[in-house]
Amino acid sequence: MATGGEGSGAGALPLRSRRGRTTPSLRLTGRREAVLLAGMLAPAAVVFSAFFLVPLARLFAIGGSGAAGWSAYLSVLTNPAHLSSLVSTVLLSLAVTAVTLAIATAAGLFLERNRFPGRSLLVALLTFPLAFPGVVIGFMVIMLAGRQGLVGEVSRALTGERLVFAYSMTGLFLGYVYFSIPRVILTVMASAEKLDPRLEEAARSLGARPWQVMAHVVLPALKPAFLSAGAICFATAMGAFGTAFTLATRIEVLPMTIYTEFTLQANIATAAALSFVLGLVTWVALALARNFAGSSVAAAG
Amino acid sequence: MTQPFHLEPVPIRMIRCAKTFDGGVRVLDPVDLEIGGGETLVLLGPSGCGKTTLLRLIAGLEWPDAGGRVVFGGEDVTALPIERRNVGMVFQSYALFPNMTVAENVGYGLRVRGIERLERARRVGEMLEMTHIAPLADRRIDQLSGGQRQRVALARALVVRPRVLLLDEPLTALDAKLRDTLRLEIDRLLQDLGITAVYVTHDQAEAMALGDRIVVMSKGRIEQIGTPREIYRNPASPFVAGFVGTMNRLPAEGGGGLLRIGGATLPWSGPMGPVEVMVRPEDLTVEPEAGAEGYTLPARISAAVFLGDRTRLVAETSDGTELTIDTDPHRPFARGDQIRLRIDPSRILSP
Ligand SMILES: Nc1ncnc2c1ncn2[C@@H]1O[C@H](COP(=O)(O)OP(=O)(O)OP(=O)(O)O)[C@@H](O)[C@H]1O
Ligand SMILES: [Mg+2]
Repeated sequence: MATGGEGSGAGALPLRSRRGRTTPSLRLTGRREAVLLAGMLAPAAVVFSAFFLVPLARLFAIGGSGAAGWSAYLSVLTNPAHLSSLVSTVLLSLAVTAVTLAIATAAGLFLERNRFPGRSLLVALLTFPLAFPGVVIGFMVIMLAGRQGLVGEVSRALTGERLVFAYSMTGLFLGYVYFSIPRVILTVMASAEKLDPRLEEAARSLGARPWQVMAHVVLPALKPAFLSAGAICFATAMGAFGTAFTLATRIEVLPMTIYTEFTLQANIATAAALSFVLGLVTWVALALARNFAGSSVAAAG
Repeated sequence: MTQPFHLEPVPIRMIRCAKTFDGGVRVLDPVDLEIGGGETLVLLGPSGCGKTTLLRLIAGLEWPDAGGRVVFGGEDVTALPIERRNVGMVFQSYALFPNMTVAENVGYGLRVRGIERLERARRVGEMLEMTHIAPLADRRIDQLSGGQRQRVALARALVVRPRVLLLDEPLTALDAKLRDTLRLEIDRLLQDLGITAVYVTHDQAEAMALGDRIVVMSKGRIEQIGTPREIYRNPASPFVAGFVGTMNRLPAEGGGGLLRIGGATLPWSGPMGPVEVMVRPEDLTVEPEAGAEGYTLPARISAAVFLGDRTRLVAETSDGTELTIDTDPHRPFARGDQIRLRIDPSRILSP
């Protein structure tokens, strides 16, 4: 802060600092406030630098330090294996997000609107996987659809053919849907609880059928919840490593590709570049969602 | 103002409609009610007396207990849900769709009915004119004031030409001045459209101004049904007398063709023995100190409030009964003044 600014502010200090305390946004009015603010932000700044900015900058630099130089960043687009890995990761994440939103919205709305014995137990069960690490989710998928899995047993009994899909994209997809449902259910329930029931009654009084009430009133009101929950869901699926690793090493999703490049081929620069791209895609998705959610919240008043 | 359309007036009949909620709490005793075609019926009563419940039974948002029936014109609608009853509803909280503009809100009922775009726009435009909000057509809901929102809610309910218009405390959330303006407008709109309307309020002035008839309710029961004049002049129960307008209650003694109230004696043809008589504040006249002694009641002023069009006095009689009197705003009164009150025997309301 410029010394001139502090000097001119000092004369009016008592009055302005009083105002500064009542207005919600803290203003830098004098040296003491500036020091206080700096002191309050310092720990966050240190943590942010130590765990985010510095590694990120280093990661970015390492990405360009390999034999290929900065074109390592282009390899995501030029290397067919990397490109297909990126595309399949994005497609998987989009599919997980869409299916999770559909299932969790139906379940969340139902749970929010109906009171029945055992409801809170059901909510607890449904939101249980929230606490699971990716590896556990992976094992559960194997239990279900692996070589000794339930689906395999049942399908063999029925058709003679053993159905196994745990060690593939399908398995990963199932695992991530299962993993993502709890968070989305909770967000949808919290949002649905705040819906004004009069809105739906008004729509019905005007002749709207139940599906029209749902499409025109309920779902639009839940849009901010969809955007925020969907963005988190997408970001989590993009980074799906633990589950993928548990299921199979040959599932071509970006985190697995990064791992392979890093450990098996010691291709550190490429791994760093891919990591950076993965982070970027995820960040863009979150930023877009926040942007849309912000404007739709403003529109809803 | 554009020429309003006229609606087919549909009478409503409620037959033995009671309501018990889950958990066995009966909030409405069996109600029989006939609402004439084109009539504005006001449901009036204190908070929690069951007004909204009764309105929601008519709307089809609640089902009456077994045996109750709701009939619109010749059609028994008891089994129909609200979306099949063709009723217009206006809520206290407006309940406008936040994701739609004013015009889209108003056109929503036409949209779900599959009315094609041009016809829809024409009818929405006509309705916006009628409710004086045409310039707001493209606004978002969060850009409207409370009064404007309520006009949108009204337009949205009326544009589908409902058989019945149901309003649940539509003005309660607005400030006093706006409430008066909108009340007059709603009154005129209801008259012009000739629609059957049921209007819920706990404000007795609103009820008087709007209702062709008023239903006074208390604790899930109908206390009285009548025109505003009947309700005010001939309250059927002490509850109605106390709830509608201000009422003075005086202990008195009847006997020998006379009624003795404190020091005053009046000709009386009512019951003998101790009675409680009721008098409206405007039916008590303040007499000059040296008036006809025998027929007047001495009292001392404990509060005098100048209200512009009248002065409201609170006075205490010698036995401690507190009376409210509305009197001439041009005469000066002060706390502590000794006055004499004349009671017009023909204005005494006995229970
Ligand atoms: N869904 C419900 N379940 C149980 N009790 C209810 C329900 N709805 C209303 N009640 C009860 O029924 C009674 C009447 O409610 P109602 O809303 O009809 O009153 P009201 O006259 O409209 O009151 P207010 O002027 O406060 O709106 C209240 O005691 C209320 O608690
Ligand atoms: Mg109510």
